[in-house]
Amino acid sequence: MTLLLLAMAILLVGAMAALLLSRTDQKFPWLGACTVVVAAIAGCIPAIQVLLGGATEQFHFPWPVPYGEFFIELDPLSAWFLLPTLLLSALCAIYGVGYLRSWQGKRSLGPVWFFYGLLVLGMVLVLLALNAVLFLFAWELMAVASFFLVTFEHERASVRKAGWIYFVATHLGTAFLLAFFLLLARETGSMDFNVWVKQGIHTQGLAGILFLLAVVGFGTKAGFMPFHVWLPEAHPAAPSHVSALMSGVMIKTGIYGLLRAFTFLGAPPLWWGWGLIAIGLTSGVLGVLFALAQHDLKRLLAYHSVENIGIMALGLGVGLLGMNTGSSVLIVLGFGGALLHVLNHALFKGLLFLGAGAVLHGTKTLEIDHLGGLLKRMPWTAAIFLIGAVAISGLPPLNGFVSEFLIFFGAFKGGTLFGGAIAASLLALIAGLALIGGLAVACFTKAFGIVFLGEPRSEHVARAHEAGWTMRLPMLALAAGCVLIGLLAPVVVESLQTVLESFTRLEPVAVGENLATVASPLTFVLIGTGAFLLLLLSLILLRRGLLTGRRVGQSTTWGCGYAQPTSRIQYTASSFAQPLTDLFKPLLGTRKRILKPQGIFPPEAALETMTPDISNEEMYRPMFERAEAWLSRLRWLQHGNVQLYVLYIAATLIVLLVWKFR
Amino acid sequence: MNAISFIPLLLALILSPLLFGVINRTKALFAGRRGQPLLQTYFDLWKLLQKGAVYSRTTTWIFRAGPMVGLAATLTAAGLVPLGNFPALISFPGDFLLFAGLLALMRFFTVVAALDTGSSFEGMGASREVFFSALTEPALLVVLVTLARQTGQLSLTAMFSPVSGGHWLHAGPVLALVLVALMIVLLAENARIPVDDPNTHLELTMIHEVMVLDHGGPDFAFILYSAALKLWLFAALVVGIVLPATPNAWLNLLLATGGMFVIAVIVGVIESIMARLRLVIVPQLLVGAGALAAVAFLLGLI
Repeated sequence: MTLLLLAMAILLVGAMAALLLSRTDQKFPWLGACTVVVAAIAGCIPAIQVLLGGATEQFHFPWPVPYGEFFIELDPLSAWFLLPTLLLSALCAIYGVGYLRSWQGKRSLGPVWFFYGLLVLGMVLVLLALNAVLFLFAWELMAVASFFLVTFEHERASVRKAGWIYFVATHLGTAFLLAFFLLLARETGSMDFNVWVKQGIHTQGLAGILFLLAVVGFGTKAGFMPFHVWLPEAHPAAPSHVSALMSGVMIKTGIYGLLRAFTFLGAPPLWWGWGLIAIGLTSGVLGVLFALAQHDLKRLLAYHSVENIGIMALGLGVGLLGMNTGSSVLIVLGFGGALLHVLNHALFKGLLFLGAGAVLHGTKTLEIDHLGGLLKRMPWTAAIFLIGAVAISGLPPLNGFVSEFLIFFGAFKGGTLFGGAIAASLLALIAGLALIGGLAVACFTKAFGIVFLGEPRSEHVARAHEAGWTMRLPMLALAAGCVLIGLLAPVVVESLQTVLESFTRLEPVAVGENLATVASPLTFVLIGTGAFLLLLLSLILLRRGLLTGRRVGQSTTWGCGYAQPTSRIQYTASSFAQPLTDLFKPLLGTRKRILKPQGIFPPEAALETMTPDISNEEMYRPMFERAEAWLSRLRWLQHGNVQLYVLYIAATLIVLLVWKFR
Repeated sequence: MNAISFIPLLLALILSPLLFGVINRTKALFAGRRGQPLLQTYFDLWKLLQKGAVYSRTTTWIFRAGPMVGLAATLTAAGLVPLGNFPALISFPGDFLLFAGLLALMRFFTVVAALDTGSSFEGMGASREVFFSALTEPALLVVLVTLARQTGQLSLTAMFSPVSGGHWLHAGPVLALVLVALMIVLLAENARIPVDDPNTHLELTMIHEVMVLDHGGPDFAFILYSAALKLWLFAALVVGIVLPATPNAWLNLLLATGGMFVIAVIVGVIESIMARLRLVIVPQLLVGAGALAAVAFLLGLI
């Protein structure tokens, strides 16, 4: 615990120092990043200790806030989330030094590092807090710090708009959380998470309401559909290392909060599990479909986060079904799969956002249809992005396959063990997850293939340059993580033991046995992977052997006799995705503007496609417009007259006093 | 693991190119032609392995890696699939997930290798490939979960060996639906009519063949061989559902091997009597396959 407190202190002091020193001196670009890295190392040690079965530690500190208490604890569940949070924070910080270099001298970078430090501090506190007031304080710290990071390039109107959408969305989510915590506090008479766990909620109706509040409140941060609208706005607007951090770990605090909430709410009824499976399928399928329809690389990745959060929700749903039916297999595989996917997604999504940042840094554009052929100019970034793309598509032998294996395996087990509605819901899950997997392959072959392969589609690419080492090393580290978890799958799965024990309250033996039922197949998967790699190596040697001494020529790509190919006739990202976006048109609402070529010598032709977010268009825009129309009647209250505002306050106080002493 | 357990893998390695020969002969018979020799695919493979190669200047190492990753993935997958009642080389609970994963890995690399050429034809093929496979994947997994539920088993070997026994008697309708769905998956995954036509003369109308237009020499030999293997593996799954089990393991093996060529004949017949579906109709067929399998699953619940 001392190390954790030290880490938090370093983050706070580092953030302050970055802000103060940047005013006077521009020579400390490393300062902000260094403090985050040091704090991360200090914080990782206790987290690893707890995950390896060390004792959980608590820390009390009186806090003058009413009902509040600085009460933190590092238990295995917190530690499981803390580890990727600190790891990715440190790597993104190192990357940020290189990424922000082009702004150096043009503007003060102090605030960026200040808010970066605060964001990391906020996330750490959210994961550790055991007191509701402290949790909400940390939640707000995280939200506000990330808002200022998103609006880093605030001179651009689109960034300001994205920032506001994020700000409004996150606070609407917090409003639900406030209601959630207040209801729990009224029921139990305490703000202490431990008391909530001990007392539990015994009325079904109240538990149901609390569950819904938690799903909306935490789901807004996590990005469940239809509460995801801020993700595709905020992630592309933020600097890339911040998008990586937000998408990689910040949105996972929503999943953490949901898991924590499950420990308060007592035995779950069946509909909770079905609800989460339904949310997971909606987020997963629609997330990847919207990703397919995007033209902006970072927007595509943001929608993919929605998809991956959906996969986690599927795991949680399976786990809840298990809790309801008392099936330890489903509990372990469902929650285990979701937890492992949290870690995996932090690695590959962090990696992909950093890769997209390197593309933006090198070419000054993220418009997929303006790129192409980047592999030749940015070989490192391309290879790393490819690893991320294979991992996120859930393909063996990388880490994405492992967590999806757990969830699939759990669903298959449940499908053979249970009958009736549970089996039917698991069938939907299996079909949906398979569809998500297939669409993810479509989406990432598009993202990688159009951006990095083929011929350059615009002059942006001609100037492209490879990212520097400060940017490349963090990406390499993340790629290594993706490979390692894939190759150490059985060990990684066994390491879920402590988390699952403490979270699910199952007997250690039951957790161990069920983890073993999936760890042993994963050992066989590893044998398969070994065979695959050996075969690949021998095929490489065979091909080299066959081609030595023979004529290996070079030519242009075969174009059916077309002798003068230009890069303009290549397939674009939009055309690549067109069959799928057309098929799912009712769900996507893609709009097309076509100017058909006419006459014998057509002077012009054009095609434009747009896929605005459907829940934004159909739900939020009308809702907010109506709210604005209604609330504007009260506008006369806002006149800018400070004396009158003070009068309002005085009047309110008098009314309250009268009400109190009546 | 003894020498005998290598038999299904060895048969797949040796006999899979023969499937194409049987299909082509069947089609020739229907068309009243003599047709190419049964062993033509072997001759083609041999010829291609003797050649040099020509690479487009646009391409990178991705283009060269595609066929090798594809073949390595298919070869690994071949170790997971039983032949009729004869167990696979490796079998473990959840092995079908690795099977599906490896095939998806092969697809991923075939597609990016196609995009690496920068040709719009290959881009078109790649686009259609990911389109159709995204719809085939759910059908395949729903077929598998239905079989898992019917047999209570979670590995391909354990799932497919008891199916053919008494299961047809008390779960006939379920298995029949699964069989139809799996057959459609086979046709779609292996780029056969009615989903794709390997023999058209126009790049525009092809899917799988157009993706590999630029490959030649040993690279193309790898692609051809992995396509043959993939067809063999899916045919082995179909045979596993249909074939009756006898107490004699060697007889089973013989029957299963024979069954593989019956499947090839059936594919040939389908290709002879049907035209390729229009591209916009194909999704309906694939979603239909998934729906049939789902109905089979729900039927099994009752």
